[in-house]
Amino acid sequence: MPKATEREKLLEVEHIKVQFGKKSKPFVAVKDVSFSIYQGETFGLVGESGSGKTTIGRAVIRANPLAAGEIRFAGQRISGRLTKEQDQQVTQDIQMIFQDPMDSLNERAKVGYIVAEGLYAPGRHYTEEQRRELVAKALSDVGLLPEFASRFPHEFSGGQRQRIGIARALILNPKFIVADEPISALDVSIRAQVLNLLAGLQKERGLTYLFIAHDLSVVRFICDRIAVIHRGQIVELAGSEQLFAHPLHPYTQALLSAIPQPDPITERKKKLLVYDPACHDYTTDAPTWQEVEPGHFVYGNTKELDGYRKAVQA
Amino acid sequence: MEKQPETIMQIDDLHFAFTLRGQLLHVLRGITLDVYKGESLAIVGESGSGKSVLVKTLMGLNDGNGYVESGHILYEGKDLTTLKTDAEWRGIRGREIAMVLQDPMTSLNPLKTIGWQIQEAVELHQDLHGEEAKQAVYKILGEVGIADAPRRYKQYPHEFSGGMRQRVVIAVAVACRPKVLICDEPTTALDVTIQAQILGIIKEMQKKYGLTTIYITHDLGVVANVADRIAVMYAGDIVEVGRCEEVFYDPRHPYTWALLSSLPQLGVKGEPLYAIEGTPPNLFQEVKGDAFAPRNPGALKIDFVKRPPMLAVSPTHKARTWLLDPRAPQVNPPEHIRALREKGRALKLCEEEGTHA
Ligand SMILES: Nc1ncnc2c1ncn2[C@@H]1O[C@H](COP(=O)(O)OP(=O)(O)OP(=O)(O)O)[C@@H](O)[C@H]1O
Ligand SMILES: Nc1ncnc2c1ncn2[C@@H]1O[C@H](COP(=O)(O)OP(=O)(O)OP(=O)(O)O)[C@@H](O)[C@H]1O
Ligand SMILES: [Mg+2]
Ligand SMILES: [Mg+2]
Repeated sequence: MPKATEREKLLEVEHIKVQFGKKSKPFVAVKDVSFSIYQGETFGLVGESGSGKTTIGRAVIRANPLAAGEIRFAGQRISGRLTKEQDQQVTQDIQMIFQDPMDSLNERAKVGYIVAEGLYAPGRHYTEEQRRELVAKALSDVGLLPEFASRFPHEFSGGQRQRIGIARALILNPKFIVADEPISALDVSIRAQVLNLLAGLQKERGLTYLFIAHDLSVVRFICDRIAVIHRGQIVELAGSEQLFAHPLHPYTQALLSAIPQPDPITERKKKLLVYDPACHDYTTDAPTWQEVEPGHFVYGNTKELDGYRKAVQA
Repeated sequence: MEKQPETIMQIDDLHFAFTLRGQLLHVLRGITLDVYKGESLAIVGESGSGKSVLVKTLMGLNDGNGYVESGHILYEGKDLTTLKTDAEWRGIRGREIAMVLQDPMTSLNPLKTIGWQIQEAVELHQDLHGEEAKQAVYKILGEVGIADAPRRYKQYPHEFSGGMRQRVVIAVAVACRPKVLICDEPTTALDVTIQAQILGIIKEMQKKYGLTTIYITHDLGVVANVADRIAVMYAGDIVEVGRCEEVFYDPRHPYTWALLSSLPQLGVKGEPLYAIEGTPPNLFQEVKGDAFAPRNPGALKIDFVKRPPMLAVSPTHKARTWLLDPRAPQVNPPEHIRALREKGRALKLCEEEGTHA
């Protein structure tokens, strides 16, 4: 694998801030988040529920406007105002698999139309026959029967609906996919099938993923690098194996200690670490974002960072 | 050993179908299952195998195009399959049996605030009112790990993150103080630390109120943590049922084998994970024999012809596979399953030594 520094950055998220509510009394969901994703990599975003992962994903597909900062895709700014051509291009290149399938699928449309919808976009010319074939292929890729195309979303199980969402994103042949909890409702075998599919597409077409998930065993397996987020702030970023071998930030440690083990003996003996944000004393010594070993970044104050550096050397 | 557990619910040969544009979809094909008082039962299995439909049948919550074809559900002397109207169900829903639905958005009203929705359950089931009820709601929000309760109380579902909505749905179900709590994928949208916290709350209630819980989840780690017993479903049928350790360390149905072999923990990075070939059967047609046979490379001839009976492995462990028939040839499970068996055996030895000492 080439060194990270030599690889091309496909997505650059720089100091973004996202807020909701009234301008006079805003609620800041994402404070100041920066990260880059390299061409062809799978970048994992994990962390606390409500910490801003979906908000970041939606900012990338431009569904959430930024209050500050910038997002670039293939070197071009995609946040803020775009020309019509740029807009079309970005819509085509970046797709999102949504966390809540019920929320994102049009209840009144048949599955065949839902999956094919992107194929009707301006600039795309397909015959009825081609569309039907593409839909059948996309459905069977995610383990669904092509016959399902004539049914409505509410007639499906939770995992089936989730896969409809995946088929819908993949059919457009995007370059970049924001996958927000794409496999949470799937049994382990279909999960494996979908992960194999995503990995295969990456090999064939060099697809790049922002992969948001709570299942850390899956994240460890599929991601090249992982960022850990807590209350709208990224607290640690490292290569997957690096992170699992040396989790440094106390929140990361708590998170890894809680991973469910599919084995009753080990699971019931598991020791949970609890994270208390009050363990940081940031009153005089303010925290910064630092690289403590090559490719391994942590958020902490001088004293903490010294400790982290010692810990990785040990 | 332990005394005979008391049965709280008895599901007997339940068949359920949907009518879809003139065709019949047979979603449950003869489910027989006892649920014991105070236990925690986990239902796992293939996506689309009928887990959600099964538990919705226990509360009469399936879509209007579905109906019970035959079979019974006995709960405290009542046959729930005879209940038809909402009025008839009223005594059961919430009060006796409460459910956390798989899709949080479907059980929350988008037009009502979160606080209002929890408070409604509190007022109805805990007989608290006004300020007292409001304080109870704040407390519940805190318990499910949602900070800043007064602000959150006034927000609408779309202002919550996926995992927060899920916790609200759990909060509503808990506020009903039911006897049986059904959780359909209760923790999929939660990070693992909050997940541990929520499972802790449910366990706590189980101890405090003698609550019976039925979990549906794809997370076998959660199953390992909470389940006393496990039922494995495939294509509308229960193919294996047993105590937690029996199913984890000595699985007998080839579908259970395949399931336990697909875990990402067993994968090698950069290589494909093991996944079961093919797709589950089309339930518009009648399923012949063992529904899993077409995807089971080691299937026997009889598997394609005749539906296997539920055969006993132990008094608490049963599986619907011809492999348990004395006439069946010796079939070796996959490598990973053999390793699990070894582990189970070692565990049993430890236990036995423990009790003799
Ligand atoms: N439309 C909105 N209006 C107001 N607040 C919002 C909105 N969308 C999100 N939020 C808030 O922003 C914060 C981050 O939400 P987000 O959905 O990004 O979390 P998440 O990390 O994806 O969590 P989860 O793991 O539970 O899905 C939460 O506090 C949430 O309540
Ligand atoms: N309203 C409906 N009309 C027609 N078919 C339906 C309806 N609801 C569910 N089904 C079908 O019934 C079958 C069982 O669905 P169910 O939701 O019980 O699956 P499940 O085991 O819960 O799966 P998952 O793990 O994906 O949630 C599926 O094949 C589904 O397509
Ligand atoms: Mg989210
Ligand atoms: Mg379901």
